[in-house]
Amino acid sequence: MIINNKITAFMVALLLMSNASPVFARLNIFACEPEWAALSRVLGGDKVKVISATNGAQDPHHIQARPSLLNQARQADLLVCTGAELEIGWLPILQRKSGNPKIQVGTDGYFMASNAVSMLDVPTVLDRSEGDVHAMGNPHIQTDPNNITDVAEALNQRLQLVDPDNADSYETNYQHFKQRWLQAIQGWEKQAANLRGKRVVVYHKGWAYMNDWLGLKEVGTLEPKPGIPPSSDHLADLLKKMHKHPAAMIIYAAYQSSRAAHWLSEKTGIPVVKLPFTVGGIKGVDTLFDLYSVTINRLEKAVKQEHK
Amino acid sequence: MQQATYTLSSAICLLAMTALSVQNALAETETSAAKTPQSSAQIQQQIDTMKHDYDRRLKRMQKHLKQTQAATRTIKPNAFNPAISLVLTGLYASYSNNPDNYTLPGFALGNEAGLDTEGFSLGESEITMGSNVDQNFYGQATFSFGNEKGNTTISVEEAFFETIGLPHGLHVKAGRFFSAMGYINGKHSHAWDFNDAPLVYRGMFGDQLKEEGVQASWILPTDHYILVGGELGNGVQYPSTGSQTGVGDWVAYLKTGGDINLSNSWELGVSHWQAGDINKRQTFNPVGADSIFSGNSKIDGLDFVYKWAPNGNPLQHNFKFQWEYFNRLEDGQLTLNTTSLVSSYAGHQSGWYAQGVYQFIPNWTTGLRYDRLDSNNSGNNQSVLDQAGLSNTHTPQRTSVMLSWQASHFSRIRAQYNYDESTANSDNQLLIQYTMVMGAHGAHAY
Repeated sequence: MIINNKITAFMVALLLMSNASPVFARLNIFACEPEWAALSRVLGGDKVKVISATNGAQDPHHIQARPSLLNQARQADLLVCTGAELEIGWLPILQRKSGNPKIQVGTDGYFMASNAVSMLDVPTVLDRSEGDVHAMGNPHIQTDPNNITDVAEALNQRLQLVDPDNADSYETNYQHFKQRWLQAIQGWEKQAANLRGKRVVVYHKGWAYMNDWLGLKEVGTLEPKPGIPPSSDHLADLLKKMHKHPAAMIIYAAYQSSRAAHWLSEKTGIPVVKLPFTVGGIKGVDTLFDLYSVTINRLEKAVKQEHK
Repeated sequence: MQQATYTLSSAICLLAMTALSVQNALAETETSAAKTPQSSAQIQQQIDTMKHDYDRRLKRMQKHLKQTQAATRTIKPNAFNPAISLVLTGLYASYSNNPDNYTLPGFALGNEAGLDTEGFSLGESEITMGSNVDQNFYGQATFSFGNEKGNTTISVEEAFFETIGLPHGLHVKAGRFFSAMGYINGKHSHAWDFNDAPLVYRGMFGDQLKEEGVQASWILPTDHYILVGGELGNGVQYPSTGSQTGVGDWVAYLKTGGDINLSNSWELGVSHWQAGDINKRQTFNPVGADSIFSGNSKIDGLDFVYKWAPNGNPLQHNFKFQWEYFNRLEDGQLTLNTTSLVSSYAGHQSGWYAQGVYQFIPNWTTGLRYDRLDSNNSGNNQSVLDQAGLSNTHTPQRTSVMLSWQASHFSRIRAQYNYDESTANSDNQLLIQYTMVMGAHGAHAY
């Protein structure tokens, strides 16, 4: 009985503590990837508190559902994630265990960026022998800045829905961002005009949207199947292919291993390009604007190398 | 068809409106240009920006239109089916001792405890179905197909619902489920890093502690992760037993954990299980006599997990260390099945294991585990304890090494060698296991 009383007293104390903790008026945003954290900060401004579940060095397919993430999911008012099954290995468990009804599937606090864009690579054959396929299409939508425009529009609407008190602020931020963003895209497109039609080898099928945007032609992947690490057999085949029809560059994301890309480059002389893939992927890529500037600059540099 | 027509007409409307607004926007730019001395380059840039924006919108609307048309043509009566996954496991086992005579001195074995069948055998293959029920609940059931002495058995491994609609970090689960006691207990055995249960789980829980009842937990509103929880069970599942009408056993637990930095994270758990009125719990001893225990039992547990993944990216390399300790106190009466000889019984047993698992290249994992058990049981009739296998004659220990190949998320082939000193007569054990997962891609807990 004494023990029971002690437990009760402990629980009451905890409850009191929870009530005593200061109430933050700012909207808590749980962003699954750094690009959505960056966008949430731009649109939310000082009305939101954003945490990013992953950083630019991490592969968003493979994240451990760590206790710290569970704690952050519990406190979130809004999830801003890619969706399209990119986070299927860890997000559902965080949602279920969070004790937070605000972020469950279908609620206003559940925002999936991929719903705002038209998906590429939607598979016609769903079979695991094809590797780690995503039934809803290629989830790496952030490699085309035009998708960011679409997502920003949808996220602006969602922020206003979830937090109507600050609707004006979100709208102002969005209009300001959109103006700058559309101009920036024009700049990038002008700069990248000479990339159109270039043949590229990529590590993972992570660049479909960028290729579509810049007119790059994907002629090979270092992974034999999506999500399956490069094997020597597959690389040998790719090498043969490259000897016949060389690509202009080999692209890999900063979070991926560079070994296979460098191996192929040494054998063929095709330049290797390490791209940030997301905000924070490479040092100095701190904003969405940096993300595409650095991406285009690096692609341009590789093309110049090719012409030498 | 009607819907498609509707969508089409509304899209045309939108396109028309867009065209109008382009015109308006252009007109506005013209008038503002007349009023303020903007450079023609600026105006040109604004026009370009707008053109680009509307171009994009038009393209998007066209795409959406196509998608909507496609969607109206697809009828999916199975769209609300739960996510189903099928797990196939099988085992090849080889022992230098006779596995039928396996015992853990100081721990009378019960439930599923024991060695797997020698030679080729079907492991526990499972079908799991789970889905959100509605906005408040999630439900899941796992049916397992096993093999017991040549007979195929089907059992309900888990069948529970849990809340997703409770606020403030509260969570309630009810039905049959693996208890949150300890670290690996809550995970399905195919998600374990070794082919068999740690000795302390084998000795105390008969491999794994199930609960039939209700679980409630709360994540505290603190910056640091702290979870407190409790379970009330019917007391039917081993190591409790018997038909209980009320609360037969209960569990209390606390878990906490966090990140040390980007690459390192940890979790610590404290747990307690207790059953006050165990009625005729069956345990077996192939080299002595089977026995029945009635009385009360308490188990305290401590578990610690540490994970390393460079920059939080476990794909290339990762390392996991885990350690669990349990201490059991029992008080009651022991009866031998065969002779009905009776002894008072005061059991004191403890055990721990520590293991490290390292993924040294993608797809390949290796691991090392060490198990150790201790007992200090007593009773007023020592020969009853001796017969039941509960005398403190030996300190069981075991060392295991493991090598595992995962071709993808969905398949794994794993070889394991145990140098098993469960009994004084040490045993060399080789276990080769396959695990194939089909269907829904499940999310993994920490």
